Amino acid sequence: MAVTVSIPTILRTHTGGEKSVEASGKTVLELIDDIEAKHGGLKARLVKDEKLHRFVNVYVNDEDVRFSGGLEAEVKDGDTVTILPAVAGGAR
Amino acid sequence: MTTVLRIRRDLVDAIVAHARRDHPDEACGVIAGPDDGSDRPERFIPMVNAARSPTFYEFDSGDLLKLYREMDANDETPVVIYHSHTATEAYPSRTDIKLAQEPFAHYVLVSTRDADEHEFRSYRIVDGVVTEEPVEVVESYMFANTGSDDLPDA
Repeated sequence: MAVTVSIPTILRTHTGGEKSVEASGKTVLELIDDIEAKHGGLKARLVKDEKLHRFVNVYVNDEDVRFSGGLEAEVKDGDTVTILPAVAGGAR
Repeated sequence: MTTVLRIRRDLVDAIVAHARRDHPDEACGVIAGPDDGSDRPERFIPMVNAARSPTFYEFDSGDLLKLYREMDANDETPVVIYHSHTATEAYPSRTDIKLAQEPFAHYVLVSTRDADEHEFRSYRIVDGVVTEEPVEVVESYMFANTGSDDLPDA
């Protein structure tokens, strides 16, 4: 089962410079583990204390997984998963 | 990596106007440019501060996806990522530094703490290291690098 995962600029050092990679899995976490097995280092940038990092957004097709199960959100063959770092900051 | 931000005056004015309009909340947005290494900010894209806060900004997650899809379709990159500080100086805070995740962007900070005078400064933020860079405001990106030797023969 193949899902296309779009990788943001800052994480491409973990995918040999690739903008997107193919991965397999039934959930977002399984996809991340599959990519991690091929390209070490990505998971630590996305997952903290077994949860998705607060300032990383992951979308399955158009849906932010934060509202659909987080790391347990389901994915299926042909889905597009997009990883985008939040654009955020503040005065403090 | 370029260590100067060259930016058109109308784009600077648009950023400052947005910052003034949203004051006392922080304003934020992007200036996209061609993803060809030219490092040229062109398309002004004001974003909604989903945090609606005087001390924090965050692009709405749906808007963020739409923005990156659009830039991808146009072969653009976020050349400038700007936000305002409304009560403090135009220098990246610890939060700004921790959350900066676009290593090739110019991070522009505008301070609107003074009602009459604004500060407009630009930084690179890479792996937690902040480097301020000069801002060169130009009227147009055309001709700016054309020396007299490049002028066509009269």
